[in-house]
Amino acid sequence: MTNLQLLWFILIGVLFSGFFFLEGFDFGVGMLVKSFAKNEAERDVVIRSIGPHWDGNEVWLITAGGAMFASFPMWYATLFSGFYLVLFLILAALIFRGVSFEFRANMQTEKWRNFWEWASTIGSFCAAFLFGMLFTAMIAGMPIDKNGDMTAHFFDYVNLFSLVGGVAVTVLSLVHGLNFIRLKTSGALRERALAWNKILYPVLFAGEVLFAILLYFSTDFFAKKPLTTTAIVVALVIFTCLAYWGVLGNHEWLSFIGSGLSLISVVVLIFNGLFPRVMIANNPAYSLLIKNSSSSPYTLHLMTILTFSILPIVLIYFIWSYWVFYKRLASPKQNA
Amino acid sequence: MLNLGLDILGLARFQFGMTTVFHFFFVPFSIGLAFVVAVMETMYAIKGDEDYKKMAQFWGKMFLYSFAVGVVTGIIQEFQFGMNWSEYSRFMGDIFGAPLAIEALAAFFMESTFIGMWMFTWDRFNKWVHTLFIWLVMFGSSLSALWILAANSFMQNPLGYIINQQTGHVQMVSFGAVLSNPQLWSEFPHVIFGAFVTASFVIAGCAAWRLLKKDHVTFYRKSLNVALVIGLIFSLGSIASGDIQSRYLINNQPMKFAAMEGLYKDSTNKGEWAAIAGFDNKQHKTTWSVDVPYVLNLLSYHKTTGTIKGMNTINKELHAKYDKKYGNDINYYVPTKTLFWSFRIMSGAGALFALLAIVGLIFNRKKSQLIMSQRWFLYILGLCLWLPFIVNTAGWFITEFGRYPWVVYGLLTIADAVSPNVSVASLLTSNIIYFLMFAGMGVVMIVLCHRTLKAGPDIENTDGYAAGDTDLDPYSKGAFNHD
Repeated sequence: MTNLQLLWFILIGVLFSGFFFLEGFDFGVGMLVKSFAKNEAERDVVIRSIGPHWDGNEVWLITAGGAMFASFPMWYATLFSGFYLVLFLILAALIFRGVSFEFRANMQTEKWRNFWEWASTIGSFCAAFLFGMLFTAMIAGMPIDKNGDMTAHFFDYVNLFSLVGGVAVTVLSLVHGLNFIRLKTSGALRERALAWNKILYPVLFAGEVLFAILLYFSTDFFAKKPLTTTAIVVALVIFTCLAYWGVLGNHEWLSFIGSGLSLISVVVLIFNGLFPRVMIANNPAYSLLIKNSSSSPYTLHLMTILTFSILPIVLIYFIWSYWVFYKRLASPKQNA
Repeated sequence: MLNLGLDILGLARFQFGMTTVFHFFFVPFSIGLAFVVAVMETMYAIKGDEDYKKMAQFWGKMFLYSFAVGVVTGIIQEFQFGMNWSEYSRFMGDIFGAPLAIEALAAFFMESTFIGMWMFTWDRFNKWVHTLFIWLVMFGSSLSALWILAANSFMQNPLGYIINQQTGHVQMVSFGAVLSNPQLWSEFPHVIFGAFVTASFVIAGCAAWRLLKKDHVTFYRKSLNVALVIGLIFSLGSIASGDIQSRYLINNQPMKFAAMEGLYKDSTNKGEWAAIAGFDNKQHKTTWSVDVPYVLNLLSYHKTTGTIKGMNTINKELHAKYDKKYGNDINYYVPTKTLFWSFRIMSGAGALFALLAIVGLIFNRKKSQLIMSQRWFLYILGLCLWLPFIVNTAGWFITEFGRYPWVVYGLLTIADAVSPNVSVASLLTSNIIYFLMFAGMGVVMIVLCHRTLKAGPDIENTDGYAAGDTDLDPYSKGAFNHD
């Protein structure tokens, strides 16, 4: 394994971390459109909170996918063709929620506004759940043949472990979204988000413990890397505790950073466990490795130069755009 | 399972065609609208005329609808390579992945960030800064076209690579060569100019329908003027860049060029050009045609003499060149009728756009009322708002069908590129659902644009986006407390 290959393995992890941290909360906010927001005016505010951002957040996914294609084509090909149906459903969910914000705002009848609100809610739920399920299934190991083609059947990737993984990521995104709402709104919405999180955090703890137990039985992570795996699982729980403390003591930034770091811990856990593999095959001989799945040194070198010259500029204006919209949104008058 | 005679190759090809065509309804529309809206807002910034601000906001609404659909259908494109074309991804990843990743990093971030800024900050920044946002959106989306076309150009005309002897995959040896591919520099201007033309004629068409109803005459006449000036400049640009691009094919992809001109036999020195023709694809011959002498040579070489190789000759040459490697049972003929008619639709429409723009600008002169009395012209303009979408599709039909049987010209056949592990059932399901979703989104798009048009430019922004904009400062005293 060369340094460049290692660097790109880490960079893919960083991009997915960015994706889960950012799109995590806008998935969460998307889920809240229907049940959490009580009326049209509240829904306007809830959607407006992610209005300027959700599209940019989704670009992290597109960048992660593109970077994976560029740096590890074998990984990209095996993962994307192998999880065909899951990814197809993710795409459908992302499409529905993606157009829902713009379309809802321009609907004139109650019925159609309602339709796009449900599209946002269900789309966001499904996307978060399916991403969680996909990555959980991936680390459990899949049937992969000599050519690197994955030949998984439905129950290879839909089982107790992957379902728990899916639910855990969904709940994490949901609390992250609520923590974001607490930061971005005021009045009734802000208070309700706090109340919801007081109930949801205990559920999340239960989910995380169950996930850790299943992780022990369903993957080789604890067997191969007992120290780091345990450390990351502990970190995950600590971040969640910090976020919960932020809920109980009403420290809003602490909660938001805590739930974001929890999501990042999950990504780190996955990438740490994968290393030095990128896809885990049931037959270890066919697992895809960092060293034999990457692009040529020339391409990796090129990508490294380009990334490190473009990314800092992107980060500057990306962060600036959050700064521009840093202000809280007022709650609708009737609820204030 | 029921055997419907469907195979993964056919379904994967259909899916690629369907998703790309649908995606590409919105891409040129969005890029073009970003440009036209940017021009309008710049005019507002310079002249301070509120009408131009209203124009930027009004046509900007259509831009936002189109952008939303373009974004979500674009994700399908990126995922599709891995999902449906895993062998292609393995073979091409070393070259194809890099432009795709840079597209996301350099272009999509810029586009998505500044579109958010543009949408929500009309009253927050001074007009020059706000205008800069839409130019950055437009610049970002053009950049994204550049990168994806760099990837496409490699598939049309591979340059800057070697074949890795161990893996058999292509490997990049010169990024400079990939980027300086002549195919790219004829394709990119053509696509961008085409995008500007698309937006101009949709705006012109919409304005024409409203003018027929004598609705907001000043506003729509001004819009029409901006649209037609842009439309004229870039339809001429499209024709010029299209000419460069098609002449580049003569040596580079001779089969594509011959099919565009419907030449089965080699042409004679007289350069007879078939304006319209019928073909027998099985017998590989032209059954009838209406010929005009010299035009073929004028189009191909910009002079009256010369000859062009016909498809039958090229077919023999390709067999001689590739049979050793790929066997002799590959069919090198491309779908002649599709290419022949697509080319005629595209080039005919290009000329029509330029003509309409000139006539329209004459009728719409500031001191003249001609545009209001020439109702026949407004009807034609109104109908032509659909034409750019057909023309864009025709252009891609030529480019992509004309590459048959290759996915990467001369290096990888379409049949060898498909994912072997995806089932017919999965592909059929996804095809059907995509189709239904696209149909739904297409209908919503049309309804929204129509409604926006009917509501007119005076309606204030009805988006829920204005919600809660009486912002509170989270850093002000007490904001962190729960009181």
